[in-house]
Amino acid sequence: MMNNYDGPAVAISGLQVVRGRRDVIPGLDLEIPAGEVVGLLGPSGSGKSTLMRCIVGVQITKGGTVTVLGHPAGSPELRKEVGYVTQAPSVYEDLTVRDNIAYFARAVGLRGTELRDAVDRTLAEVDLVDYGGQLIRDLSGGQESRVSLAAALVGRPTLLVLDEPTVGLDPVLRRDLWELFANLAAQGHSLVVSSHVMDEATRCDRLVLLRAGEVLADVTPEELLARTGAADADAAFLTLVDHAAETRRSAS
Amino acid sequence: MNPGLTLATAGRVLRQVRTDHRTIALIIVVPCVLLGLLAWIYTGTHVFDLIGPALLGVFPMVVMFIVTSVATLRERQSGTLERLLTTPMGKGDFMIGYAVGFGLLAVVQAVVATGFAVWVCGLDVAGPVWLLVVVAVADAVLGTALGLLASGFARTEFQAVQFMPAFLLPQFLLCGLLIPRDQLPTFLEWISNLLPLSYAVDAMKEITRSTDPLSAVAGDLGIVAGFIIAALALASLTLSRRSA
Ligand SMILES: Nc1ncnc2c1ncn2[C@@H]1O[C@H](COP(=O)(O)OP(=O)(O)OP(=O)(O)O)[C@@H](O)[C@H]1O
Ligand SMILES: [Mg+2]
Repeated sequence: MMNNYDGPAVAISGLQVVRGRRDVIPGLDLEIPAGEVVGLLGPSGSGKSTLMRCIVGVQITKGGTVTVLGHPAGSPELRKEVGYVTQAPSVYEDLTVRDNIAYFARAVGLRGTELRDAVDRTLAEVDLVDYGGQLIRDLSGGQESRVSLAAALVGRPTLLVLDEPTVGLDPVLRRDLWELFANLAAQGHSLVVSSHVMDEATRCDRLVLLRAGEVLADVTPEELLARTGAADADAAFLTLVDHAAETRRSAS
Repeated sequence: MNPGLTLATAGRVLRQVRTDHRTIALIIVVPCVLLGLLAWIYTGTHVFDLIGPALLGVFPMVVMFIVTSVATLRERQSGTLERLLTTPMGKGDFMIGYAVGFGLLAVVQAVVATGFAVWVCGLDVAGPVWLLVVVAVADAVLGTALGLLASGFARTEFQAVQFMPAFLLPQFLLCGLLIPRDQLPTFLEWISNLLPLSYAVDAMKEITRSTDPLSAVAGDLGIVAGFIIAALALASLTLSRRSA
């Protein structure tokens, strides 16, 4: 289900979000290009999940605009175009793996053999072919989160918003999934993927570093290393965070 | 609203129940056990003929209310509801899907419970027995609609379960099961006129009492349908796509 819109996948301007009494995103501008894997990185609590919720249109915002594939985030035109995987797996515990994926496939309009083929393909992509008939409550945590990912992959949406899809997975699976993400981007899909694991950053086409709801950097992985002079993504990130803290201190 | 999406949800809800054999057994067996117990307690009197039909209307509503409010609360907590509402699935598809799924389950429950009451416990029914099943299914859908509404106000499973006595016990006490509604104190009769279960029980009583209950039952069913629509409309307000 590919959309032929040729602007950026996501355009955000002046976004403000308050959660509880906290200014989680005080004012954010960002453009996410189409057809790329964009990594969303940042410390715990920096607002990665909140920003993703804004992009899929489930977050109540205080101000600003979020435009996705040319439409306001969350508008009905986008319901088939945007796939969302929440940080905590959101699937039905008392359904089998296959029934879960098939239900989310039906929700985006797949039927008949098209549906069956899409479910089979997705089971292979998340490496759960042998587990199709198993109930979610009998799976391991990593397997469950892969079903949650599969439920978004099955409809092949134009934009995939994936909140920490590789957490708790082994290196082989992580590599395979990142290869799948790259393939999808090569076919023209856009992906926003959040992660804690900095060595995954090098697998992205672009990186957005978030801290306290602000964009610290919006760069390619090469630019990040060049700009900070660090040897790896981990060190580069720490350099940037320290630098930002310093500028803030000297400004006040 | 899209019939394909509504049916997809109904099918999914039934598949979920199917993996839970104990719940199915409870839904089917418990009404029969309770009806049998009552018939036994009142052996040799006419009391069972008076309260048996009312109970046939009460069970489906109570059971579907609890099952729906817990299931919907779980959807909210696990994030599946939020995720579904980002897809083309509409709120109507979601709610009607639940109503259809549990409505079908209620058909099985109603057939078994009615058959048991009439042919095992010897409940006297003047009107057509199939009409008892129709009213029971309407009650089940009412229970589902009220459960969808109640779950919008529950933050935890404990609260969801507590809504059962809060939403249903007053209806149970005032529906004409304990004493006929026209013998209630005026103010309470007035309240009971505002509660949906009263009309469900009226319909059930009419069927057991009258050989030609169709027109009276149709009126009561119309009122129950009105409550169902109102409950679903209110429940849809509690299903928001966006949250803080
Ligand atoms: N439901 C909520 N109500 C109030 N505040 C919230 C809520 N969810 C998150 N927050 C606050 O919003 C801020 C950003 O949270 P968010 O979940 O976006 O962070 P994150 O970058 O995804 O973190 P993590 O890497 O730990 O998942 C945090 O300070 C958090 O306390
Ligand atoms: Mg997060």
